[in-house]
This record gives sequence, C-alpha cells and structure tokens, in this order.
Amino acid sequence: MTCSVHVASPLRDYTHGAAVVSAEGGTLAEVLADLERRFPGMRFRMLDEQQRIRQHIRIFVAAREAHDLAQPVAPRDSVHLICALTGG
Amino acid sequence: MTLWIGTRKGAFVLSADRQRRGWRLSGPQFLGHVIHHVVQDPRAPKTLLMAARTGHLGPTVYRSVDRGRRWGEVPGPPAFSKAAPGKTGRAVERVFWLTPGHVDEPGVWYAGTSPAGLFRSEDEGQHWASVSGFNDHPMLSQWAPGRGTPGGELLHSILVDPRDPRHLYLAISVGGIFESTDGGRDWSPLNEGVEADFLPDPNAPFGHDPHCVVLHPRQPDRLYHQNHCGIYRLDRPARRWQRIGRAMPTRIGDVGFPIVVHPHEPDTAWVLPMDGTRVWPRTSIAGRPAVYETRNAGRTWQRRDRGLPREDAWFTVLRQAMCADQEARPGLYFGTTGGEIWASRDAGESWRCIAQRLPEIYSVTTALH
Repeated sequence: MTCSVHVASPLRDYTHGAAVVSAEGGTLAEVLADLERRFPGMRFRMLDEQQRIRQHIRIFVAAREAHDLAQPVAPRDSVHLICALTGG
Repeated sequence: MTLWIGTRKGAFVLSADRQRRGWRLSGPQFLGHVIHHVVQDPRAPKTLLMAARTGHLGPTVYRSVDRGRRWGEVPGPPAFSKAAPGKTGRAVERVFWLTPGHVDEPGVWYAGTSPAGLFRSEDEGQHWASVSGFNDHPMLSQWAPGRGTPGGELLHSILVDPRDPRHLYLAISVGGIFESTDGGRDWSPLNEGVEADFLPDPNAPFGHDPHCVVLHPRQPDRLYHQNHCGIYRLDRPARRWQRIGRAMPTRIGDVGFPIVVHPHEPDTAWVLPMDGTRVWPRTSIAGRPAVYETRNAGRTWQRRDRGLPREDAWFTVLRQAMCADQEARPGLYFGTTGGEIWASRDAGESWRCIAQRLPEIYSVTTALH
C-alpha cells in the first residue's frame, strides 16, 4: 500500500530536497521502515533506539497525531512528519 | 593552523599560517545544527568527526575524510541497546564528546553521550557499539542516575593512556571520574580527595562533578582536573587527588570549566576561572576575564590577562571551548558563549580576539593542515 509522506524541511537532506515522497506500508512502523530503506539515517533522527518518537517530532496519519508505531496507515493516507522547534 | 569551532548554530573554521597570524574565518558548515565537538584524527589527519544534532532531530555523527571539505552522516551513530520487553531503555539525546583511540588501534574512536553513555567505533567512526562494560555496569544506575543537571548528564573527558590502549579514563558531570584498566570491560571510581560540597557525604566515592579532565601526553601518569569544586592534580599510581586550586587567589577561587595542559611541559597548565558564587553565574569574575597559568604543577598560579577585556566582559567559556596547539611555544585558544574566539601566540602571555559575533561556542579544537 502506498501513502504520501510530507517531509518537514529539517529532514529533507535525506529526501534529496523532496517535500513529499511516497512510501509503502500498512502501519506507521512499516512506512518509517520503508523511508529508512530508501533514505538511510532518516528514521533515527525521528525515533530513538527504543523506537520512541523523539520529543520534538510529531507524526500525523490522516491528519490525526500518531503516538503508536502500530497505527494503521490506509492506502492514499497522508503521513505528515513535523519538527517542533521553539526559542532562538 | 586550523581551529574547528563547534557552536549552537553550526561549525566554523579559523585558519592561519604556521606563525598563527592572519586568521581567516570560513563557514558556517551545517548552519542551524548544534555542534558539540569537532575532532581531527591525529593518526589519519584527513579524517575528522563531528558530533551534531538539531533542535528537533535526534543526535548523529558526521565524518569527513578530506580535512573537512565534505561531510557525510555515518551509517551507525551511537545508540544504546534496545531494552528488554517491559523495560524502559535509555536513548542518546546528544553525542557530546569524541576521542580518537590509541595510536596502535587505528580507526578506533570513543564517544561520550548524554545521558551518560560510552561508545566505541572500530571503523573510523562509521559504526558505534555500546561499551557494555560501562553502559551496563551494575553500578551505573548509581554512578549516573540520569537525572543529571539542567544541561543534561554529560559523559566527557574520555582519555586513552598513550602507553596502553586498555587503560582508559572518563568523567561524568554529574557522576565523577572513572577508570578502566581492561579496555572498558570494568570500571571503578577515581574520586578520592575530590570535594563535592553539594553532597551530604563529603567522602562519597562518586557523585562528583568533574568539568574537564586532562592527561599529559608525555607524562601520562600526570592528570589535571577542573571540577565544580576546585582544580586538582593526580600523579598515578596515587589515587588521591590534590586540590591545587587552593593556591589560586582567594578573590578568584578555583571554579571553571576547561583546563588545558602544555603539550610539552607536564608542570604547565591553564585554567579560565569563572564566578561560582551564590547562584553560580559562571561568567568571568567581576566582568574581567583572565587565564591563570601554573608552571609548577599547581603550587603557584599567575594571572594572564594582557589583551583581554579589562571590564564589562561577562562571558563564559565551556569545557570543550579551550585548547592549545602543539608548537614549542604553544598557542592557546578559547571561545566564549558570546561568540568570540580569543587567541594567544605566546603561551598565554598576551591575547587578542580573532573572531566575534559567532553563535554560542561549544567547542574549539586544533587541527593540522
């Protein structure tokens, strides 16, 4: 199943500048694994080694924030990878 | 001569000729990235590693094999082992410290992280493995409980004995100094004689706050150490640190972050005292920064402030932000949290500002062309 992934600008070094990429997977974990396969190093910047979403990363599936990597991703769902930054 | 400057907003380079004149600034590289440490490999000088993160993304390491012209992210940055099901595992928040390994172990590097973790690479920094002897040590939860300080629990000052690659030291702020004689398989505290006036037990074996520990490369039994509670010296095999900061002027005290040894003279070292009174401003004392030098292993100290601001200079110099080069009469360099780089061509006798208006400076290291 293919979904579109909207990539926040700090992560676009990995996607060669692309703001939107496609990815395969029926769950968020599978989508992120597919991204890692195609864009090595990208997943570790979003998930820590315990597979927790990092403190300043937000991931939305079909416009709803996901807190669990087992979250299903339906065909044609959009996944948004958001980087939250405050301060100077 | 090249200086690599790690800042809160990227890496910069200052270059000069061998006489250390005509400094030219280049960069930024990795603008917007938080750069904790940039270190050249003395065994393979074309190779440099950079410890980096951003405000939102996780930590990583970049590597250059052409003296810093081009960089690539390493495929396996430091990461703790996956926790067993039902257990809460640790995660690296930042790679804080980088140390090249022993000359007989080309390609070996060590990294220190926050929360306190020790990692080792055997392929020039491309892949990193958790040093289980430390990270899974049964005492680690007491040595480094992870609560840390507002800046985070930091593992730093990873030292490799130039006579023996199996003899290692490291420091944790807050946690103390630890030693391994078996290549990192086991560790023991090495804090005897170090004061910790914030602990209920003045003789606690660990829990101290070493800010920076250095070993003299030509006399590896000579260690110096700038602590939250003073300046210390230890001559191995002794295990009890001597508070040589007691000889500092009382109005200055002996609190600071960095300590730097002379590359050739084991009795010579420099510190940069900061204000550790009341709420710990950590600025230069009375707004008048000064380097202090000892030439007799800490028995006496001399103020070295010629060329430094005489007033209204309220900066801080962090633990990785002061260094010496390898010249016979070494150059000294420090970077401030206010974005200035100060340099001395005459071993601290006089100083001048060679860069300003940089972001907050985290580290200053020398590299050979």
